[in-house]
Amino acid sequence: MQGFALLMPMFESWYAAIQERAVMGTLGFWENLYKEVYINFLYQERYLNYLRGLWLTLEVTFFAALLGFALGLVLAMLRVQAVQSPDGRGRRASSAVMRFLSWLAGKYINIIRGTPMLLQILIINFGIMAAVKNKTLIGIVACGINSAAYVAEILRGGILSVDKGQIEAGRSLGLSRMQTMVMIVFPQALKSALPSLCNEFIALLKETSILAYIALSDLTKAADYIRSRTYSPFMPYIISGLMYLTVVTILTKAVGVLERRLRQSDAGNEAR
Amino acid sequence: MKKFLTILLVVAMLIPFAALSETYNLATAGSDGELSITMGTNAEFPPFEFVEGEDVVGVDADIAHEIANDLGLTLLISNMAFDSIIPALTSGQIDMGIAAMTVKEERLLSVDFSEPYYNARQALIVKVGGSVVDAETLKDKTIGVQNGTTGDYAAEEYTADVQRFGKALDAVLELQNGKLDAVIVDEPVAKNIVAALGNPDLILLDAVAFEDEFYAIAVAKGHPELLEAINATIKRIQEDGTLDAILLKYFPTEE
Repeated sequence: MQGFALLMPMFESWYAAIQERAVMGTLGFWENLYKEVYINFLYQERYLNYLRGLWLTLEVTFFAALLGFALGLVLAMLRVQAVQSPDGRGRRASSAVMRFLSWLAGKYINIIRGTPMLLQILIINFGIMAAVKNKTLIGIVACGINSAAYVAEILRGGILSVDKGQIEAGRSLGLSRMQTMVMIVFPQALKSALPSLCNEFIALLKETSILAYIALSDLTKAADYIRSRTYSPFMPYIISGLMYLTVVTILTKAVGVLERRLRQSDAGNEAR
Repeated sequence: MKKFLTILLVVAMLIPFAALSETYNLATAGSDGELSITMGTNAEFPPFEFVEGEDVVGVDADIAHEIANDLGLTLLISNMAFDSIIPALTSGQIDMGIAAMTVKEERLLSVDFSEPYYNARQALIVKVGGSVVDAETLKDKTIGVQNGTTGDYAAEEYTADVQRFGKALDAVLELQNGKLDAVIVDEPVAKNIVAALGNPDLILLDAVAFEDEFYAIAVAKGHPELLEAINATIKRIQEDGTLDAILLKYFPTEE
């Protein structure tokens, strides 16, 4: 940061050199490009606006992902119930309450996945959470509720992918159904679902951008704000786009490493 | 090779910059070969511009029709976000921005303005019994505005906590829900929204004085002939009473 401050006078003088012609609209391509970067990123410490916005975006994404995972896990468990026990043979058929909850979870997933996220956010902001002042909280809840539906389907897929023999083995060892689920099925399900889960959270990071619509000062809103001050057609969006891209690229790399590790441990198991 | 492609892509993305000052289409041929002029506006700002049925109507739309008639061109209206109007002008997507837009120094760096056609002020909307009663109590409160409007600039003078919406109505709804302490928006629009909501708890507060503001029509820099034509029309409708008739049509309650 210190070094950056030292460079500022240089950037300023470069801009001063072309400022007069900028007003007349007679800049060449590279001069214009520099002007756009200067007024949209450097001038009046505008990069801080983007960074603050980025921080809020990360904050909302992190907590929304947590909420989405917790809620999604419950939904997935309820959904799996419905698949596992319709025959009732050898197992205790789920109770009427469980069947109802499972049905409810199905409806929840259907509604959330069947409506645009923007509408959900508007309904939550102006309706359900109309009395809540904290925009960050509203953003976290709205995105978390949305993400939960997708997480639930990913986890359900993971649970169903675990071989039936694993459940039978667990049950034959005298574990209860719950114990079998928690100790045997779920760890394996999570492992196979982990890459898709991480990708869902990466997608969530990008989707938080529509929270700008309810005046949350995230990275997209920061770009909107700068644009409304500099009247640049699109440079602020390019800058915020590069920031999203940077974060997403880093996260995608991390997921790649994770996937490779998981594969390695698979190979290890087979060798043993 | 990969690096080269990346650089190529980035450069391709930047090409529109080069075209910024050249693109201008006062007379673009429409689908049926007719010549047209495009007006950019944000039809979320009644009574100056709003959507009725499928058409954008309002004071500004009527003025635009007068201009198009005088020029003998067909009027096309492009409805966009308010903060996109000036960028659309500078990138040549529209010919004139008529959107209850105030002449501001910052905006003059990017576009030229016609003679003013309306004198408006900012209005402060608050809730009865709320914490804001004058300029002093407005300090450091949560203020809602429409992004990029003069109300936005005015709000920044009072607080760091400005919530910027795409529509003025959304800001007022948030005030109604108790999430904002005040909303700053152009007076005619404020009156219109408050009247439309019919909520006796929402009032316009006179205690905070904002500067006089003049609405004018924005055009891209470097098009004096278009600016002259627009000014001529404004002068004509001011002199022959057309402007008064238009204003009366949309402000039936005001004298």
